[in-house]
This record gives sequence, structure tokens and C-alpha cells, in this order.
Amino acid sequence: MASHMEYIDKGNKTSLLIAKIVSYIFLVFVTVLSLFSFYLLIINATRSNAQLQAGFTLLPKEHFIDNLVTAWNDQSIFFLPQGMLNSFIVSACTCIISTYFSAMTAYGVCVYDFKGRNVAHKFIILVMMIPTQVSALGFVKLVNALGLTNTYWPLIIPAIAAPATYFYMKQYIDSTLPLEIVEAARVDGSNEFRTFNFICTPILKPALAVQMIFSFVGTWNNFFTPALILDKKEVWTLPIMLSVVRSRINSQAGDMGEVYMIILLAIVPVVVVYLFLSKFIIGGVTLGSVKG
Amino acid sequence: MSSNTNAPVKHKSISYAKWGYLFISPFFVVYIFCSLVPLFSTFYSAFFEDYMDGLKHVGPTFVGFENFVTLFTPKSSGSIDIINYAGNTMIMWIMGAVPQIVFALLLAVIFTSERMKIKGQTFFKTVIYMPNLIMASAFAMLFFTLFSNVGPINQMLTANGGEIFEFFNNKWSARSIVAFINFLMWFGNTTILLMAGIMGIDQSLFEAASIDGATSVQVFFRITLPLLMPIIIYVVITALIGGLQMFDVPQIISSGKGSPNNTTKTLVMALNNYIGTSKNYGMAGTVSIVLFIITGVLSFVVFRTTEPKKEKKGGKK
Repeated sequence: MASHMEYIDKGNKTSLLIAKIVSYIFLVFVTVLSLFSFYLLIINATRSNAQLQAGFTLLPKEHFIDNLVTAWNDQSIFFLPQGMLNSFIVSACTCIISTYFSAMTAYGVCVYDFKGRNVAHKFIILVMMIPTQVSALGFVKLVNALGLTNTYWPLIIPAIAAPATYFYMKQYIDSTLPLEIVEAARVDGSNEFRTFNFICTPILKPALAVQMIFSFVGTWNNFFTPALILDKKEVWTLPIMLSVVRSRINSQAGDMGEVYMIILLAIVPVVVVYLFLSKFIIGGVTLGSVKG
Repeated sequence: MSSNTNAPVKHKSISYAKWGYLFISPFFVVYIFCSLVPLFSTFYSAFFEDYMDGLKHVGPTFVGFENFVTLFTPKSSGSIDIINYAGNTMIMWIMGAVPQIVFALLLAVIFTSERMKIKGQTFFKTVIYMPNLIMASAFAMLFFTLFSNVGPINQMLTANGGEIFEFFNNKWSARSIVAFINFLMWFGNTTILLMAGIMGIDQSLFEAASIDGATSVQVFFRITLPLLMPIIIYVVITALIGGLQMFDVPQIISSGKGSPNNTTKTLVMALNNYIGTSKNYGMAGTVSIVLFIITGVLSFVVFRTTEPKKEKKGGKK
């Protein structure tokens, strides 16, 4: 990388060509690196246990449906489609309320002038870095005390306060929402809630969409908190099911075709969402993370 | 409030402050109830003896700093568990973070190069960012099956007359697999962040350098890298804070045991073990405080490195 850069400056076209070729080779390499595990996963999900034991292959086989049926009917993890539904319910609810309320908080701080406004902002920025794991013990105790174990409330409600989403929305509102619109709405007799819900949210749509995607994906993939709250099979989300399948695989016991299928089903929804919305997602990464 | 629509001057005198409080209150009520109170109750637990001995609940009895003493007391073998777990976390993080930063820097320079004008950037960025969104547990499961004793990697080894290599029974191969998954999941994300950083550098600096006859290597080391340093530091420290929370991958790969011999057990795995499996709430609280302090120190460094930039921006307004 370093050595080929030198030549470019001589204005030599062949050297630039070499630099380009080396760069493309590197890009192809990282592409393969990023995709090979998915490829292998898909291929292996189409092979029977016996075929998997027999060795490695790069071409798909015909057992996709068989594996799907086995995974579907596997009772040791209760019922896989139920797990997918559970994950979907938690993720959908979380992403909606998390984005809505965190955006509302950012809006409140940006639009209104009130005592303690700066303190509120500084407080949220301060707590943004605290990992959820640090308060997990107290949280589990609280959930137990309230009798909310094995329900989804403890996974959904805390998402109302999402400091990172607040931070992102605050930056977005500061840079895109003209306060004149709020003033104009007031003059027209709009109530403040109506102004936020029907006049300002449409303007914030791109940012809200990005945050909803991130929140959905984050919740879908979350393992730590659900594992502490949900111990009944019926309410398990996908990452818990995966951990159960994992502890079952020792030596030759399990049907590996089924295992690959379960992993595939756990990630497919997110991959599909990503392929449709990757532009927003990649654009959103920088907006939310780099300050200043 | 809004009935008096034809007198806009009067509106200025109306205080909207109460709406501000109303808008931010759900966030704060929930935060205090679901995060702040649990945070303090976690810290409070650290000063009590409180655990399950079989079916018998021992405590809670106030014991002062005894849990901290226990946590940092060497075992008969001379090693201190919590230090080992912190060490495991750090080692696996570094093994993944170094290639992560190097790859991300190379890719960011390639993508932003004016001269090369790389085509298909959207495709490449989409592909390298994708692993970041995939469930870490699924990645861990996949790599566990690939490298297991009966998995395809070992089949290739034995097919060529070799012997089975137990990847998850050797601490360095087990750690490498965890580190590799972390690298794979995060290098795309880091690339995007560093690209934004490079694009934020004043283009005239590059032009001036090339007029002065600087080579690309000189440009990279004398201009790009120094000006990118604040963002690199930000990326490294936030990655480190994320790395301290490492849990899903080693938890799934070792079924929560941190095998072999606790060499892949991380701080959060230990915490999870205390809360969930052994129900030793006293020790769980103590580990939480240790984790909180480390994160706090690192966050402080983040704020110190990003603060000057924020002030400049505020001043412009």
C-alpha cells in the first residue's frame, strides 16, 4: 500500500494504474472476507447432516426445505417461528417508542427555553457512555420485585430513554429544523403537541428513519438483557434460542444442517432490511457518532 | 393559549417553558426509574454479602468493602480472577482492534483518494458494513460450528492426513476466533467514521502539499494522519469502551464457561455469571463498580479529546 503510493506522484499513468489494481485487489479481498461466512452459512443450510459430515463444498445441495422443516419443528427451543415473532414484537415496539420519545426530548431541549435546559442536555451526554451492563443487577432486582420477569415490558419501556438517539436527534434538529416553523404554527393556533407531531416530525423523517433502523437492529440482536429477564421458553427471543442450540452442540450429537438453518433464519430479516436501506444506514453512522 | 391569534406580539410574552418540561419528562422519568435507580441499587449491593448457597439465601448482610477485598484477593494459584478477566477482555480486544484500525485506515484512504477515483464504492461500503448489523450471537454460533472438532475446517485438516486441531481447547486459537469476529464486525463501521474524518480535512492542504512535491506517503504521514488523530483517538476509545462490554461472542462460543480454563472469560461474562447463574449479588455489584470506574475514566478521556472542537463550533454560532 505504502510503496505503490509513491509512484503516483511522478504523474506516471502506469503507476496510477498499478495503485488502482492493488486497491481493487484489496477491496475484493475485504469483500470476500465480509461475505464468505454468509456464503458458507447459506450453502451449509442446504445440506443434510450426512453431507455436512462428509466434507466441505462450495455448491448448494437440495436439503434446504428438509432443514427448514426440522428447524421449524424443533421443540428443544420451543418453536422457532414463535422466537422470530417474539423478537419482532420486542424490536418493533422498542424502535417506535425509543425513537419517538428520544426525538421528543431532543425537540423539547432544542425548541423551548426553560430553566435547567442546559443541565438536562449535559446530563444526557454524561450518562450516554454508561454501559447498560453496569446497572443490570439493580435492573434485574427491580424487574423481579415488580413481578415483570418473562414479560417484554422491561425490554421495551427503558428504551424511552435512549441517550444516543437523543444526541443524534438533537444534532439533527439543531441543523435542520427552522424555529420559524414552530412560531408560524403557533400563530396559526396549533397546539405545541400538534406542532411536534404533525408539522415537525415530517421534517425530521430521515433522521427518525435512521434511528428506528438502528434501534430495531440493536434490539433484534440484543442478548445480554433478554437473557437475564426471560427464562421461559415461550417468551425467548432469537439470541437466547441460539445460545441454547449452541450448548446442545457437542461432538456429533446435533443435526448440523438444522443448526445452520436456525442461524440463517435469525439473521435473514436484518439482512433483508439492510439491503433495502443500506444507503440510509451507512449515511447515518457518521451523523450519529462523530461530534463537532 | 392559542386563542389570541391576531396579536402575535403578545405571544412573545407567553412562556412556553412548561412545554419544554413536558416534552423532556418521559425521558427523564424513565431514565431515573429504569437506569439511575438500578445503577445506585447495584452500587449499594456491592457492600453486602448476598448470595444463594444452594437453595439457601445468605444475607444480605452489610460487610463494607469486604467484597472488594475478595475480588482482588489472589487465589491459591497466585492469580486474581478479576485481573485475569480484565486481561482476557483487553487481549481479545487488542487482537481485534489493531487489524480493525489498520484495515479501516487503508480502506478510508482508498475510498477518499481523488486520484484513484475508485468505482463501485457504494457496493464495497455496503458489503463491508453489513457484518456490523448481524447478530453477534449468530456470528459466534457460525464460527463455533465452522471451527468445531467436526466442523468443515477440521474436516479439511483431517482430509489431508492431518490430525484434528481442537480450536476451542487452545487459548490462543479460541481468543483469535473471538478477536477475528470482533474485527470482522467492526472494521466497516470504523472505515465509515474515518472516511468522514478524512473528508473533513481542508482539501487545500493536500493541493498545497502536492504543489510542493510531497509524495503520497509523506502526505499520509504528515497531513492525513496528524489531522485525523483526534478522530482516530475518538474511534479507538469508543471502541475500547465497547470492547470492555464484550460478551455475546465469547459467551456463545464457550457456552458461558470462558473455556479453555477461563482464558476467554470477559468482565461482563463474569458479571452475567454472578447475576444469573450463581446469584451472588454482592460480587455482581462489586464487578459493576469496577466496570463503571474503568468506563468513567475512558469516557473522561473521550470528552477531553472532543471538547475543544465542540467549543469552536459553539463559538461560531
